[in-house]
Parts: sequence; structure tokens; C-alpha cells
Amino acid sequence: MAGAALLGRLTWRVATVTAVVDETPRVRTLELEIPGWPGHVAGQHVDVRLTAEDGYRAERAYSLASAPGEPPVITVERLEDGEVSPYLTEDVRPGEAFEVRGPIGGYFVWRPHDGGPLFLAAGGSGVVPMRAILRHRRHSKSEVRARLLYSSPTLEDVIYRAELDGEEVVHTLTRAQPPGWTGYARRVDADLLREVAWPAEDRPLAFVCGPTSFVESVAAGLVELGYAPGRIKTERFGATGGR
Amino acid sequence: MEALDGNAIGGMLYHVFGCEMTMAQAECGRCGACGPVAECEVYLGGPGVVVRCRICHTIVMVLVKVREMMCVDLGGLSKLERAT
Repeated sequence: MAGAALLGRLTWRVATVTAVVDETPRVRTLELEIPGWPGHVAGQHVDVRLTAEDGYRAERAYSLASAPGEPPVITVERLEDGEVSPYLTEDVRPGEAFEVRGPIGGYFVWRPHDGGPLFLAAGGSGVVPMRAILRHRRHSKSEVRARLLYSSPTLEDVIYRAELDGEEVVHTLTRAQPPGWTGYARRVDADLLREVAWPAEDRPLAFVCGPTSFVESVAAGLVELGYAPGRIKTERFGATGGR
Repeated sequence: MEALDGNAIGGMLYHVFGCEMTMAQAECGRCGACGPVAECEVYLGGPGVVVRCRICHTIVMVLVKVREMMCVDLGGLSKLERAT
């Protein structure tokens, strides 16, 4: 980032919804048009701010799902007691607008020259920034190997299912499996990582995103396999943090 | 309350410091552990934001918004250095 871009105000901008895609019964993707959008890096997020008629404001962070060069896209999972996600997943229609600021983040990001091989581990909607990374890798014709380990409760909860079919993805379904399921059917543990993750000798670059408990156990498991802690990037989200 | 991490407050810190801060190196004033702000423990559920050292769990930063003014306490840090 240039010096001029580093020192500046991160301003709230108006984002207009241009398209809505239902990914699963609880998850929705929103394509946004944001005048003055400066472009983003794969892995970054935006803060979304909603203001009620009485002036009450709520802010949540949502990862960007689109690759650099594409218009900003967020994917939102509905939290039943959420202040922001019910509006974004149920009520909002194309043409409607809300405030965003971003792009945000310089840690959980991947650029092609960062190399790999990439080992991506996602729990639930933790797959959102992984989609941006995988798309960017594809668009930039990067030859970096990439493998995604993706944990979901059921097959119905898998986000971006069709798109991910074109990638090297290992699914694990932790709550229920369809008849004939031959993939993993348990929570990610050290044994599963040993079977799925690139060997530590390859000096992989790992990105781990999901609920706090998922991130903690995967990161610990990768360290156990010999991954360098400095090459494991983590991002945790929860009911209070959005994403 | 479940801990998130410093990624979650990237926007808030950018607003306060005027630049990207998740890659800034934060050094704990108690145990001396040093790492990117993104890896600190962050608690969002209270009246303010509490940031703790991932190693010894000491409070290193507190951010509270009071009447539209952001009050920032960095007293638990011995160093906060922007990545170059």
C-alpha cells in the first residue's frame, strides 16, 4: 500500500445492493455497488453499519467473497439473535442501500506473490474469505497449489457448493451426512489434518477461518504437524463479531 | 464470552490510528510476547472492546466509545509498532 493510502480516513460509504444470491437457507450473498471503492485484497473484510429510525446503530464485520478486481461481494450467515444479519439475509432487496467502510485488514490476506502451497481450512461461513483467495488464485493464473478443508454441519449448509466443485476441496460434514456419503464425517482433529493438510516439509502457507473453537483446534493441529506458526494466519468470528 | 481476534477490530483501529493496524506489532507489557495485533484476543461483547495478550491474557488495550468520542487505553502494551 502506498504511503498516501496508509494515512487517511476510513470513511463510511453507501453500498447499494445490485444482486442477491441465496447460498443456503441461512446464508445469502450480496453483490454491492460502492462509489469510490478503492479495490481490495483477497481475505479482507468490510464493516457494515445499519442505522435504525431512532438513531440506534449496529456494526458488524463481513469478509469479502469476491476476488480483487471484481465488485465487492459479501456473504452473510443469519444469526437468529443478530442485529444486522437478519436484515442482510432476509429483508434487503436489490436497490436498497446501507453503509460500509473498508476494505479492512492486512494480516489475513493473500496475494499471488505470497506463494504457497496454500492450505485453507474453513468452518462454516469461514469459507467466505477462502472463496476470495481461491478466485484470486484462479484469475491470476497462479501456479501455487491450493487445497481447502471445509467443515460444515450438513451438506445443505455448504456455501458456494457448485463453485467449489472446480477446486481441490475436502469436505467434512459434522452433524449429518447424506446417504452414500464417502467423505469425512467428524470434526477436524489432528488425525484428519495429518491426512488432508500438505506436509510441513513443503513449507505451506495456511489460512484458518471459522468459529473460535474451530480455529483454535486447527491452528494447534497444524503446529503439531510442524507448520511454522508464522505461516498460519487465523481469523475468528462469533455471534458478536459478524462475518 | 468467546474471544475473537484483532482482525475483528481492524476497522475500529483504522478509524482511531488513521492506518491499517492489524499487522502492527504489539508487545505485551507483562510477558513481553510480541506479535501482530490480528493475533491478539479480542472481546467485543462488553460496553467497550477489550484486547488481551494471546500468551498471558493480560489486558493490553481497551477501546470505549463515550459520547461519539473513542477513548483508547494502550496501558498494557510496552510497544505498538506499525509494520513497514
